[in-house]
Amino acid sequence: MTTTDTSVQEHPTPTPPANGTTLRSRSLPRWAPLAFAAVSIALGVGIGSAAGWESRIQWGLVSAILFVAISYAATTAVENERQAKDRLATSLVWVCFLLAIVPLASLIWTTVGRGAEVLDGYFLTHSMAGVLGTEPGGGVYHALIGTLEQVGIATVISAPIGLLTAVYLVEYGKGGLARAVTFFVDVMTGIPSIVAGLFILSIMLMAGLQPSGLMGSLALTILMIPVVVRSTEEMLKLVPNELREASLALGIPKWRTILKVVIPTAIGGITTGVMLAIARIAGETAPIMLLVFGAQLINPNPFEGAQSSLPFYIWEQYRIGSEASYDRAWAAALVLIVFVMLLNLVARGIARWKAPKTGR
Amino acid sequence: MASITPIDTPPASPAPPKPAKSTGRAGDKIFLGLSQGSGILLLLLMASIAVFLSYRAALAVSKDEGNFFTTFDWNPAGDPPVFGIAVLLFGTVVSSIIAMVIAVPIAVGIALFISHYAPRRLAAPLAYVVDLLAAVPSIIYGIWGALFLVPYLEGLNLWLDQFLGWTYIFEKTEVGVARSLFTVGILLAIMILPIVTSVSREVFLQVPKMNEEAALALGATRWEVIRLSVLPFGRSGVISASMLGLGRALGETMAVATVLSPSFLISMHVLNPGGGTFAQNIAAKFDEANQLGRDALIASGLVLFVLTLLVNGAARLIIARRKEYSGANA
Repeated sequence: MTTTDTSVQEHPTPTPPANGTTLRSRSLPRWAPLAFAAVSIALGVGIGSAAGWESRIQWGLVSAILFVAISYAATTAVENERQAKDRLATSLVWVCFLLAIVPLASLIWTTVGRGAEVLDGYFLTHSMAGVLGTEPGGGVYHALIGTLEQVGIATVISAPIGLLTAVYLVEYGKGGLARAVTFFVDVMTGIPSIVAGLFILSIMLMAGLQPSGLMGSLALTILMIPVVVRSTEEMLKLVPNELREASLALGIPKWRTILKVVIPTAIGGITTGVMLAIARIAGETAPIMLLVFGAQLINPNPFEGAQSSLPFYIWEQYRIGSEASYDRAWAAALVLIVFVMLLNLVARGIARWKAPKTGR
Repeated sequence: MASITPIDTPPASPAPPKPAKSTGRAGDKIFLGLSQGSGILLLLLMASIAVFLSYRAALAVSKDEGNFFTTFDWNPAGDPPVFGIAVLLFGTVVSSIIAMVIAVPIAVGIALFISHYAPRRLAAPLAYVVDLLAAVPSIIYGIWGALFLVPYLEGLNLWLDQFLGWTYIFEKTEVGVARSLFTVGILLAIMILPIVTSVSREVFLQVPKMNEEAALALGATRWEVIRLSVLPFGRSGVISASMLGLGRALGETMAVATVLSPSFLISMHVLNPGGGTFAQNIAAKFDEANQLGRDALIASGLVLFVLTLLVNGAARLIIARRKEYSGANA
């Protein structure tokens, strides 16, 4: 039905000539995809509510399939086979993009909606001391402290190591060793977080160490170093060679050139990389679960005794499985997501602001 | 010994390259030592991960009364201790394959959208939005999956059972909520979308403009340009991107642990609740594990480590080889 509509409407529209499409026999107007989308969404909603499907996922899928089918059919009818294939690809690509946006939107919507119910000043400043898991009340203060300390220690260890490794790869690295380091840094990026946790666990078992925040930090370090190396390397490569040569030509030793010229030029990008790495490890649950154990009380000492952390707290509350604990889990998830997203936004802001000026 | 060194050094020193390389400044040597040292430290770290995990795994496997690779049970606390990774290997591979089948085509679509379809001014913000998907911690995907996605997938599961039940794979023989390998696969697909997208996008953007313009000049439509010049150029990039995604999916812990209701059965009916993955099993069994139980979990972690190492290594090798031949990085 829609096909005839559009083909009839296509003649009076005067826009096509501007496109140079007058040479072609017939073509759909530029607003056609929007019309197809509107029609297919309406049909999807109509069919969905008529058939009484509970799940909006089905509504969306039907609309998406209808959109692709209608676009294809209409273009075949009005234009030709090649244009129809082009239209098919275009609509599929659009559908793919929307498919990716939907879960992100839904996830953020749910987390903000559910999390805001419990999140308040009390929640942020109290621990779970004396609160039954199934009862409302309590907060994330102990988990916040744990996360900040563990992530802080991990950053202090891995930022220098990562930075130095990147300097080695970019400024000195030639030959077999550099190639091996590059390859294994890449492979290390893919180590599952739980394996990093198990590695530290096996050391703990052999050395007879007790779980503590520090152990968790060490596992996070393994996850963080490759990310820092990779991003720092990219940034150092962006530093124009003329700067290095100018400095060396003045007789300045290489190490001072690196410290005073190369790194300051790239510092914005390096900071961004480190912050993105922090954002990544701040959400890691698995190593914390194996190595830090989790506590209900405030333990500000990361070197001794069990601690908690935000992602672990979410897991713990989820496992209790009562309404009150689900509420706490969502609220903590909101805190964590805000923390991570802020880091991301600030990091990218710094990257844009301090981007090395290559060329003019 | 002191008598040997002075005799040994003068002839051994290769005179020409040495002064050219370093003027003997202490700062340079220290700095080189530090940076080279941290590179070597990383290699040692990788090696020690392998060594330590293997050592503990060997301890556990030597006490295992069942066959470590074929036993359908996980009971290291029992008498005799019996545990095997058959179910875990199956569940890990199946859920990752489902994730790949869903994620790779969509990710290629998104990458094409950002590189070739989206209005130019929107492309960068859209790429950023997709990257945000990667920034969400996996535990949040986990609770979102368990508390929100699982109930919403009920209808889709019914559909699949109804229309595709004849394929055996999509036949749902057990009633119960959708805490199945299929749901896990969908969740993993969402989680690996960003990495597959961003690597594919990079490759698509590297396609020589000449090729595309040549195709356009011959009157090709946009899809024909993509089919003739973009996809052939980007094929190996997409393959390695998918393998990087696969590596992620294999090792994902929290999202699987929250969504799946585990069982020690192998079933090709992916819609049925049950199954397990390496990482999920470690998360679920760790709390009540005794000494041998922990070593057994470490043994299963070693298998996971080797698996991800192979997949990631292969992906990186493909990328590296492509760089050499394409000339795009020249």
